[in-house]
Amino acid sequence: MIENLLFELEMAAPQVILGLVNGAFYALLSLGLAIIFGMLNVINFAHGAQFMMGAFVAWMLLAWAGIPYWGALVLAPLIVGAFGVVIERTMIARLYKLDHLYGLLLTFGLALIIEGVFRNGFGSSGLPYAPPAAFNALNIDIPIMFLPGYRVWVVIASFLVCLATWLVIEKTKIGAYLRAATERPELVQAFGVNVPRMMTLTYGAGVALAAFAGVLAAPIYSVNPAMGANFIITVFAVVVIGGMGSIMGSVVTGFGLGLIEGLARVVYPEASATVVFVIMAIVLLTRPAGLFGRG
Amino acid sequence: MADTTIDLGTTAAKHEEAGFLGFTRAQALAFGVLVAFVFISPFFLYPVFLMKILCFALFACAFNLLIGYVGLLSFGHAAFFGMGGYITAHTAKVWGLTPELAILAGGVVGSVLGLGIGWLAIRRSGIYFAMITLAMAQMVYFFCLQAPFTGGEDGIQQVPRGSLFGMVPLDRDFTLYWVVAFVFLAGFLLVHRVVHSPFGQVMKAVRENEPRATSLGYRTDDYKLMAFVLSAALSGVAGGTKALVFGIATLVDVNWTMSGEVVLMTLVGGLGTVFGPVVGAAVIVTMQNYLAEFGAWVTVIQGVIFVACVLAFRRGVVGEIGNLLKVKL
Repeated sequence: MIENLLFELEMAAPQVILGLVNGAFYALLSLGLAIIFGMLNVINFAHGAQFMMGAFVAWMLLAWAGIPYWGALVLAPLIVGAFGVVIERTMIARLYKLDHLYGLLLTFGLALIIEGVFRNGFGSSGLPYAPPAAFNALNIDIPIMFLPGYRVWVVIASFLVCLATWLVIEKTKIGAYLRAATERPELVQAFGVNVPRMMTLTYGAGVALAAFAGVLAAPIYSVNPAMGANFIITVFAVVVIGGMGSIMGSVVTGFGLGLIEGLARVVYPEASATVVFVIMAIVLLTRPAGLFGRG
Repeated sequence: MADTTIDLGTTAAKHEEAGFLGFTRAQALAFGVLVAFVFISPFFLYPVFLMKILCFALFACAFNLLIGYVGLLSFGHAAFFGMGGYITAHTAKVWGLTPELAILAGGVVGSVLGLGIGWLAIRRSGIYFAMITLAMAQMVYFFCLQAPFTGGEDGIQQVPRGSLFGMVPLDRDFTLYWVVAFVFLAGFLLVHRVVHSPFGQVMKAVRENEPRATSLGYRTDDYKLMAFVLSAALSGVAGGTKALVFGIATLVDVNWTMSGEVVLMTLVGGLGTVFGPVVGAAVIVTMQNYLAEFGAWVTVIQGVIFVACVLAFRRGVVGEIGNLLKVKL
């Protein structure tokens, strides 16, 4: 009996943990989307492409400049974030007065460009990126499962960054400005705060979060041009489920849905790809504004 | 107004004196040119290429019905297009249906799928609507990837073209062309008729000011859903026709990139214009045809066109021409 249970656990635990790792990425990506949407009213369709860029920049830093993982973890988000700032200044900023849908269309076009360029430069097959050996110290090797230390690190790092973002937005003065500007941009501008610059930096920060997730993902998934596109549609569903009203909401929804996806892989593997979309449908029927959404 | 919403030619009402089929004089002229082109071009150009354009033109017209007249941006139309293709291919190949019935089956399944997805998606509007349709279409994609009848990665190959009404064999491209041309023109006129019906007026009212339309006693959700179902049905027909033309139905047509392509076609031609989707489909299909050898650069070029259209060219080709000539096309 107990042996049986242990066997079941042995089967289930890795999938559930894998779900948690996926959830870590959902959380980081939907958090970035929520921040950008809150401030700019733009759904950043290029988020997946920027996630992929983060992974590629990490790979380039290692292969071309010899900068290891830890350097990439700091540098790649900065580089991709700077790229985001340029995008916002030169293109997205021209669309604020138009229908929000144009922001979606523009960033969709950007995603196509970025993915196409990387596919031309690096091909469709993945590039390997090994995690530092130091993470082996975090390996979890217990009777029911073996968990590579790097995955433990991903969950911890994602959680810490989400927590830090939440703290910045909810507890600091900059965060207070940000929240105020999200609600009433004209009024905040009238108080002498440079709102356009805040919007630029917000976009840059959201993009940097995506790139950070990309660096985290590089050792797990092979670094390839399609890695973002595979994620982003699921993340959109996560965002619809959580509603974009709250920072904490998108983090909780991200981790939660990753877990549910992992569980689905144990119970009914065929449904694991679609379970998030089914949940989205149920949420739309019962709470159209999303679990944490307002209005 | 024109600055803050998608510019869809809000002056429609004053032009709507009844002319030929409800076309204004300029539109009737443009329609004449379109019909003439449809009839003359197969004598000069490769019919399969033209049929591809016509299928995508119908698809784009169906998509434009939603974004152009109801103001709903669907990012999941590949689901209806691709599923229509699968159903037509399956019924023609396995059930042995005649081509007209197979295409009809594609349209029916497209509309049923549209009813389900639309029913969920119209609960939200704007950006959320786009994300929900995208997510639901991705679910359809995964279904098509796993369902046995679609053949997974291989798709359904060697679909027979059959004989129209069991009598006219369609194996020659030139014969099939006239069927496709008929399907396209019928679909095009249907969209035009719907837009200029009382139903279409309410659709536009929903786009312009939904609370006002509600206060006038219209159940706006019903109108949105009906428009969505109609659009999905026509997309299914377009996908089914394409499957017959090429004898194959694959995952490409149900993938989210296809949803993006139809958005691009409509955007290039002109959102909310009558002829824009047709022109946009012709432009994009021609471009893909000539740039095919450049491989992944096609994606980059499509992205650049997207960005250029959104930043500088929001009226699209037909919209710009109409603006230049001061007519609504």
